Amino acid sequence: MTTPAGGDAILGAGGVSGPQLVASTARPDDWTPSPRQQARESARRRATRRSATLAASSTLGFGLVVGFAVSQSSGWPRVRESFFNVDAGRAALPDVARGLLLNLQVLAICAVFVLVFGMLVAVARTTRGPVTLPLRILAAAYTDLFRGLPFILVLLLIGFGVPGLRLQGLPTGPAFLGGVALTLTYSAYVAEVFRAGIEAVHPSQRAAARSLGLSYAKTMRFVVLPQAVRRVTAPLLNDLVSLQKDTGLISVLGAIDAVRAAQIDTAQIANFTPYVVAGALFVALTIPVTRLTDALTARSDRRRAATGAL
Amino acid sequence: MTGPGDAVLQLRDIRKRYGKSWVLRGIDLTLTEGTATVLIGASGSGKSTLLRCVNLLETIDDGQVLLDGDDISEVGTDPDEVRQRIGVVFQAFNLVPHLSVLSNITLAPRRVHKMGRGQAEQEARELLERFGLADKADTYPDRLSGGQQQRVAIVRALAAKPRLLLLDEVTSALDPELVGEVLALVAELRSQGMTMLIASHEMGFVREIADHVVFLDAGTVCEQGPPTELLARPREERTRAFLSRIL
Repeated sequence: MTTPAGGDAILGAGGVSGPQLVASTARPDDWTPSPRQQARESARRRATRRSATLAASSTLGFGLVVGFAVSQSSGWPRVRESFFNVDAGRAALPDVARGLLLNLQVLAICAVFVLVFGMLVAVARTTRGPVTLPLRILAAAYTDLFRGLPFILVLLLIGFGVPGLRLQGLPTGPAFLGGVALTLTYSAYVAEVFRAGIEAVHPSQRAAARSLGLSYAKTMRFVVLPQAVRRVTAPLLNDLVSLQKDTGLISVLGAIDAVRAAQIDTAQIANFTPYVVAGALFVALTIPVTRLTDALTARSDRRRAATGAL
Repeated sequence: MTGPGDAVLQLRDIRKRYGKSWVLRGIDLTLTEGTATVLIGASGSGKSTLLRCVNLLETIDDGQVLLDGDDISEVGTDPDEVRQRIGVVFQAFNLVPHLSVLSNITLAPRRVHKMGRGQAEQEARELLERFGLADKADTYPDRLSGGQQQRVAIVRALAAKPRLLLLDEVTSALDPELVGEVLALVAELRSQGMTMLIASHEMGFVREIADHVVFLDAGTVCEQGPPTELLARPREERTRAFLSRIL
């Protein structure tokens, strides 16, 4: 994957094929490590064992101290009873999980609209020339507005303002309106991420594509955007994680999602454990996406290191 | 209509400035069909700028650029149409990293010239075959050496069947041992009668490929002529000074 192409290419240019050369020089089977190398390796093994022991004991010590401090505090038994009650948690789980399904539906639909709309705004904002000036102004105003507004305000204004318009045929369910608010806000963020990606594509790529006779639109479509999207995959997933947890805010409008379901249960049994259950479910959902983000970032870093030029 | 001896490109009194500093101060140059013209000169003498002006990547501040007799410097010229007639190869290869070699080469024929995929790929494979790159068709640019990337970039420029090929310092980013393969390809193109305008520091281009050498100094043509003459008996003091620095 990360082998530089140089070695084989140089041989190729000289008209000599690589494999024979490699076969005649390298004979790793006959090799036994010299005493010096053996000493080095055992020293390295000792060092590895020592750091593993240190890491384990320091983690354990830290856990013990925190656990002791919490469990010895005078209020701990009451907190445990109201927030970490196993029976209450088990009883709330079905309701909260059902609510989480709504969060997931909203997430899936919003994610699609956010990606499409965010991309359109980014493309509009990076156009050049006088004809598209109004597009650029509009796109800039849109991103400024929705990145500046606290999300809760967007949610309340859309959730309570739009139904007041009494538009025929427009759904007024809290999940729909909450989804609209999420899409509007997150599209602004995602548009900026895409724009950063577009601007990070080296100008020479545009120059090369234009020199081949590709128009502006074709240059964007076939040369610039594919590279831009690859570059920003990790930050995009980051925004997706953020969107995922913010779907919990549609409960403010009254949609029965995981947060709202937990709230209802909490009110019924006078115990806060359902909130903890909802929180745990949200975190459990985001962890795989976060790990995927890390993996993708690491991969693109490796690629960039391997090719250099990219 | 056209044949050897006809002017493919005529530059008349080209002037170009960035802000207040003049980069080109009146360049006159004629490229006849099937000849290779090599621009030499120090960094900042205007070689790359001149090429960018020909390709309309820069707008000139005075003068005329005639391509096959059409004034392409006139207001209202469609740059996309002009660029279909001129192939360009850059110092930094600029292959599209997410496309395979084959897709890089068929990009313009398919998307600009609306050629069918089958035909475009067949022609691309024939070109790769001709220049000894047939086995690289399905490889991605980051798996190629610099010399191979640059040869692919030249093939990509040829795929659009240009009237004129501009080469801008195509060997400057290469390790010395990779310069030869690119040089050989360009020599091959010359023997096939491709009209070329080449900016280069590489004396190999001057000696082995040039029909005509133009020495640019401070945005003007200081001296020009056949390579043997210009290298052996430079008339101008500035030419002599430049040649003694790089030879």
